[in-house]
Amino acid sequence: MNYVFYLTATIAVVSTTMVIFHRNAVHALLYLVTSLLSVAVIFYQFGAPLAAALEVIIYAGAIMVLIIFVIMMLNQGDSTVTQEQAWLQPTTWIGPALLSALLLIQLILLVSSGQISSTQTFHYIGPKQVGIALFSHYVLAVELASMLLLAGLVGAFHLARRRKIDTGDSGNAI
Amino acid sequence: MPFETAPGLEAGVLLASILFCLGLAGLMMRRNVIFMLMSVEVCTNAAALMFVVAGAHWGNADGQVMFIFVVTLAAAEVAIALALVLQFYHRKHTVDIDQLSELRG
Amino acid sequence: MQGLLAWVPLLPLIGFLVLVAIPLFYRREPPEKIVTFIGVGSVGIAALITAIVAATVFWGNPAEVVYIRLWQWMLVDNLQLGFNFHIDWLTLVMLMIITGVGFLIHLYSAGYMREDSDFRRYFAYLNLFVCAMLILVMADNLVLLYLGWEGVGLCSYLLIGFWYKNPANGAAAQKAFIVTRIGDTAMAIGLFLLFFEFSTLNIPQLVSAAESSAVDPQVITIATLLLLGGAVGKSAQLPLQTWLPDAMAGPTPVSALIHAATMVTAGVYLIARMHPLYLLSETAMTAVAIVGALTLLLSGFSAIAQSDIKRVLAYSTISQIGYMFLALGVGAWSGAIFHLMTHAFFKALLFLSAGSVILSLHHEQNIFAMGGLFRKIPFTFICFTIGCACLAALPFTSGFYSKDHILLSAWEFHQGFNSFWLAGIVGALVTGIYSFRVLFMVFAGSEGSASLQCKDANTAVMTVPLTILAVLALFGGLLAPPLQAVFGVTPSEHHAAWVEGIAIAMPLIGLTIAWQLFKKEKKSGEQRSSIMQYWFSGWGFDWLYEHLLAKPFKALARLNHNDIIDSLYKGTAAFSQQLNSILSSSQNGQVRWYLVTFAAGSILFLALLVAL
Repeated sequence: MNYVFYLTATIAVVSTTMVIFHRNAVHALLYLVTSLLSVAVIFYQFGAPLAAALEVIIYAGAIMVLIIFVIMMLNQGDSTVTQEQAWLQPTTWIGPALLSALLLIQLILLVSSGQISSTQTFHYIGPKQVGIALFSHYVLAVELASMLLLAGLVGAFHLARRRKIDTGDSGNAI
Repeated sequence: MPFETAPGLEAGVLLASILFCLGLAGLMMRRNVIFMLMSVEVCTNAAALMFVVAGAHWGNADGQVMFIFVVTLAAAEVAIALALVLQFYHRKHTVDIDQLSELRG
Repeated sequence: MQGLLAWVPLLPLIGFLVLVAIPLFYRREPPEKIVTFIGVGSVGIAALITAIVAATVFWGNPAEVVYIRLWQWMLVDNLQLGFNFHIDWLTLVMLMIITGVGFLIHLYSAGYMREDSDFRRYFAYLNLFVCAMLILVMADNLVLLYLGWEGVGLCSYLLIGFWYKNPANGAAAQKAFIVTRIGDTAMAIGLFLLFFEFSTLNIPQLVSAAESSAVDPQVITIATLLLLGGAVGKSAQLPLQTWLPDAMAGPTPVSALIHAATMVTAGVYLIARMHPLYLLSETAMTAVAIVGALTLLLSGFSAIAQSDIKRVLAYSTISQIGYMFLALGVGAWSGAIFHLMTHAFFKALLFLSAGSVILSLHHEQNIFAMGGLFRKIPFTFICFTIGCACLAALPFTSGFYSKDHILLSAWEFHQGFNSFWLAGIVGALVTGIYSFRVLFMVFAGSEGSASLQCKDANTAVMTVPLTILAVLALFGGLLAPPLQAVFGVTPSEHHAAWVEGIAIAMPLIGLTIAWQLFKKEKKSGEQRSSIMQYWFSGWGFDWLYEHLLAKPFKALARLNHNDIIDSLYKGTAAFSQQLNSILSSSQNGQVRWYLVTFAAGSILFLALLVAL
């Protein structure tokens, strides 16, 4: 059964790598969606169907659509690809890549040095259990999350509004 | 109820680590704000994966609850960040994050 | 009646405050008459009160002690100090000298300082001085005494540098202040030591504690020697005598009051006041006597070689205080105080008449430019002659009685012939030489260059004090104060007639030598043989201190020109500034740079975790 996991994991890693190295924003976004979908599959394998569903609906669906809207609104054209090429020289990315690699090695070292539990048993946790936990023990956090979303809404509306000094061609914000 | 098909805990944690480091690398190497935002999404997603894996390991619903909160957070963050990107683009007519600095350090 | 004594130091203080505060109320400088009224009047009333109290309370009661408790000064743990006055006959004698002679000198000053632009400042300082000096002698504890001690030091500094526009006067003032400071520091350490040993600084308690309890005599010796250090500094004794000749830069009445009659005798008063402690330590007594003997000889010889009339008197003051120290060292406490009193009379008289001479000659002080003045200013001549006769201790003058007392005490203390007595006898001879030399040089012989412009500058306010002082100097020997209750009675021994005979003969021999010297010097003019030159420079002490202390200190100061300690702080400042510039360059607003540092930080942190 682990073939599926490793396959999806490989897809996730490869598509994420493509996200960070691709020059075309829309293509990169599509790779990101692929990555998110493969993570959703992994969620499912770990016995979390609700999380998998939410990953597909909210992450790969709503949030990515939001980003694509913005890319469309910016409407930078084909020049962006050449610009990205200029920005993404090996001299630019080799340093951050090395840093990240170092960090990864350290994380792997830490994970492998930990006490590994002998019983590798996983538990299926259905939407019902999550719902019960969410609306009993975490009800206050849910309220806080709603407040956060409201604040995000107001903030986004306020920030994206065109000022009068900006005499742009389109009058509409988001 | 044990779930037999799952891969090992280490595998999940490892995947989450790899994804997080990739996201971090992207964040550091890209100058385009849109790409940086995508990298941030990768990072948060990796963190969310970590939560779910851990929750599954301990047989606890808390992991998925946290995942829901992470998604909520990501949604709010993306909304705000995209609004900022729009404003930034309107003012500077570029998406280069380096142009944003007005300090002379 | 006794309570009136508290007003004695208070009145000069009020005078000082009023004189200082006048510009707050009047824009213009007040007329000299008002300043004189306040400045002289305050001391005059204080003198009157002292005289009344002395006549009614103390007269006929040698054991009388008045204690005045004013207020608590400080209270720290077991250190309890009050602003309290303790007045016995010793204090009373000092009070009468300070207020009486002080009043006369104040009166004289009103004439001497006329038409000086800083008339008011002069009297303010003078009043403050009298107040501080009175506190010094009336204090019942050593800390209050120290307050007065430092107060008179301050006033001495202010008055030596009174004509501050001449830098030399300022230098002389600083010299006086710094040199006495050495002694004052020793005295302060002595006070600490006494308090450490006896947990009290109240003088009567201290004395009884020292006498009753079995204290290490070593400690007493050290403490008394430290107090002697303070006395030596204040009284210009060896080795701290160098400041007094230079202190003559101040106005002449100041020299009379501070540097002859009162302040410089504070050291004598201190030792006399603490005499029970000195009696416990033979080393300290001997040290006092040696200091006195050496000083009286060295400065006596220096006085012979001087050409400035005031410097002659300054050296003679040092020499006479040396006599007092010698008296203290041989246990003749009352003799020392008696000589202090007569010295205050005749030395004030000498200084004031020297002031008249100087004023008459339009501020000429060189005795080689004088001569033949006895015809031009006869009154001053008479006063000066009386003063010189007393100073040289010609028979039946006041100086004779007190000096005779000291010499006989020195003879008795060591049962016969001894070096201290010999020093006193030689000193008497030298005193005769220099006092009559200056008398002849100024008043006798042919007229000098400055004598031609002589114009008698004496006014009524100057002649009256001079007359009174002349009378006191002549007959003060009959006023031996009854101090036996304070110091205890010393049995008078019979001594051979020749001992007294020598004491009488010495000044007369000195007179004849002085006449020979005068004739020789009048012929040769102001030229000195090498030994005279050496004496003229005060035995080279100034040169010695200049090369031993001042020069190395200045060299060290130059070495430390950039302040080594300070560079530490400058380095700290420069380091933090450097750090700031480094750190602020990291604050560049580049988000990706922040991210890199953030990642690097996490790596470091995780590396720690991995390593551990």
